[in-house]
Amino acid sequence: MDMAQYMQIFIEESRENLQDMNSNLLYLEDNPEDTNTLNNIFRVAHTLKGMSATMGFNNVTHLTHEMENILDHIRKDNMKVNVNIIDLLFQCFDKLEGYIGNIENYGHEGGEATELINKLHSVKPGDTARATCNKNHITDQNAENSSKPTVQLNEYVNNVVSVAIKDGLNVNLIKISLDDGCVLKSARAYVVINTLEKFTDIIHSNPSIEEIEDEIFGLSFELVVISEKDNKFIRKELNNISEIESIEIIPLSRENIKISQDIPIIGSMDSNDTKNKGNEDGGITDKKTRTSKTVRVDIDRLDNLMNLVSELIIIKTRLEGIDEDKKRQNANEAIEYLERITTSLHDAVMKVRMVPIERVFNRFPRMVRDLSKELGKNITLIMSGEETEVDRTVVDEIGDPLIHLIRNSIDHGIEKTEKRMESGKEKTGTVKLVAYPDGNNVVIEVEDDGGGIDVERVKKKAVERGIVTHEEVQLMDDKESIQLLFNPGFSTVDAVSDISGRGVGLDVVKTKIESLGGVVEADSCQGKGTKFIIRLPLTLAIIQALLVVVGTEKYAIPLNSIKEITTIKESNIRRVQDSEVVLYRGSTLPILRLSKLLNVPNTKELHKDVDKEVVVVIVKKGEKDAGLIVDSLIGQQEIVIKSLGKYLLNIPLIAGATILGNGLIALIVDINSYFKFIGGEII
Amino acid sequence: MSPINQYVVFKLNKENYGVPIEHVETVEKLTEITRVPNAPHYINGVMNLRGEVIPVMDLRKRFDLEHISTTDDSRIIVLSLDEISVGILTDSCSEVIALDKGQIDKTYNLTIPLEDDYVEGIGKLNERMIIILDIPKLLINNMDT
Repeated sequence: MDMAQYMQIFIEESRENLQDMNSNLLYLEDNPEDTNTLNNIFRVAHTLKGMSATMGFNNVTHLTHEMENILDHIRKDNMKVNVNIIDLLFQCFDKLEGYIGNIENYGHEGGEATELINKLHSVKPGDTARATCNKNHITDQNAENSSKPTVQLNEYVNNVVSVAIKDGLNVNLIKISLDDGCVLKSARAYVVINTLEKFTDIIHSNPSIEEIEDEIFGLSFELVVISEKDNKFIRKELNNISEIESIEIIPLSRENIKISQDIPIIGSMDSNDTKNKGNEDGGITDKKTRTSKTVRVDIDRLDNLMNLVSELIIIKTRLEGIDEDKKRQNANEAIEYLERITTSLHDAVMKVRMVPIERVFNRFPRMVRDLSKELGKNITLIMSGEETEVDRTVVDEIGDPLIHLIRNSIDHGIEKTEKRMESGKEKTGTVKLVAYPDGNNVVIEVEDDGGGIDVERVKKKAVERGIVTHEEVQLMDDKESIQLLFNPGFSTVDAVSDISGRGVGLDVVKTKIESLGGVVEADSCQGKGTKFIIRLPLTLAIIQALLVVVGTEKYAIPLNSIKEITTIKESNIRRVQDSEVVLYRGSTLPILRLSKLLNVPNTKELHKDVDKEVVVVIVKKGEKDAGLIVDSLIGQQEIVIKSLGKYLLNIPLIAGATILGNGLIALIVDINSYFKFIGGEII
Repeated sequence: MSPINQYVVFKLNKENYGVPIEHVETVEKLTEITRVPNAPHYINGVMNLRGEVIPVMDLRKRFDLEHISTTDDSRIIVLSLDEISVGILTDSCSEVIALDKGQIDKTYNLTIPLEDDYVEGIGKLNERMIIILDIPKLLINNMDT
């Protein structure tokens, strides 16, 4: 437990070091003779070794030690850097990254990388004595790992089992894996245990019941139960519980029980010992430590924040004093001053949350390298604007969509080398990844110089898939047709490849980016390349919003999705089939009544005054517009977005909540989902 | 674990209910609740608890009890389980009691567990019956639906 405070530092620093190692490895691959880079990698491996040894992560230490050995041989010119060694080092790097990930998520590193260490040994010239010695060690490990279905029990439990077997009762080892998305693991486990307790005796559990209750386990746990009922019955009962991924019931006989002295009877105060025995493929289950998200902050920014807070305190005392001299002038001045400070404070805090997008970009060179090898295409990745700063939340979320787009570019965009030569292009394809700030937005572009998008094929496919009709497609210009790519279930590559083309690609990207409040569009020139442009807001936590009144309730509409506000006469609204539209500036505008969608009580909907003018907020999503009818407007305000909490996830039409000046809560409407509402009826 | 557990006792429809004290974050007087459209019917809305947005569950609706309007005695007990915080609206709440395990009868001996069974057991304290609620079941079942 006393290690906990260092854990965060360890993880952060390991990540930094690994990032360092990654870029150095990539460089070494292109410049195998560069001793400087080699030394850098050596140094990083050494640092990692030292750090992990201090923290007691022996497997990391072991692996880095072996890496050091190899690197040392190269340094001493006993060995040359070749593709095999680079690949091996990359494998080590991946494994290390996996270890660190495990440590972060589960609190322990996971099993030893025996195979990898073996490989490292096999490339080692000479030095046989040590290698064999190490190999013995490894076979020991394997022996231990191979006796898999056994369960380690302490002597007391073992006796109970023996007696039960003698009495003809069923003794089973039940392995339960919970669903990935399971929200309350301990509670779920509790339901499982409760169910089992009705007809079985639970005599042993790993991790212990206490640990399960405290949610100190991964996604799976094991129980040894004695029951008169047979396996089928148990399985049937367990199947009734939801959110369980798999149930494995293994009958126990005397043979597959191992007596172990080091498992205490009750609980496991020091469970380190048992944890380390988990084998490589399934061992990472227990103990989930919650490491919180952190941001490294420039000390200058913190100083700035501190200054602002002290100013805030000054203004507070000033406001307290105002009551005495009761001068209106002073009060106004003070409030203006306060306003200035809060604005600066907001700015400063936002800046603290900002991290350079480099954190996401860093992993791409490696990915591009692997992919181009796999596909046999020559590809260079050019990145710029890595220093562009975005909100921490964005950095966490943007990674997957970007990976998707880059994979797309490499797999579908860039042509095979021969084809490139034919069309007179450079042999090596280029993927450009550019980030830059643009006003209150950050723009990220993924551009390739490949074949571009075949608009006619996209159109044909879209008609085939039933996304649009033949007539509609005729009317579309190129730009509109390209946007069809973002439709769910669209993929133009006929063969599904490992890398992309499962037809779930771009719409997922689009959904993700929209959930971050951004937009994505594609631009392509056939034969020359494709460009994907992502636009994201700088910050997510605080937005400008329009407050409106519907019935007796107040709602906030994000300002960035509002196009304009107008009034229309009730008599101008026409009903087309089941939806309402109005003719506005020469085109039809779908009309939605907020009071109806949100089931607002007590709205005087029935006696519609035909001549009455209603307030319409016209909102946009991409190219589409819709008008929302509200009762009245309050005004524009800066609001802080709060989520409704885990309990009320996925409430339709609501994006979150905000707390108004008077302490009341106003809900923020989710404009994107309104378009889903009208989607079917308008198009 | 100590065999004696503490429970926060509240009243609902003249019955006494108990919730384990470790799941109770705070007990609040009634504040303004903002309705959340399209939420489950037993969710009255969300309230502002010192800058945090907390859903409020109307236990009377959840347990299909008759609806009465709130009084000065009404309290919102904010329960927390892992990262979930939910307030439950109760008729009144005034005491904390200690019960050891022997004083609680498990209900599965008494009733057939139904889908809507949020009762963990019945606590007995000097002739009083206290219905102990099963917090995980109370808070999770919503997610399945």
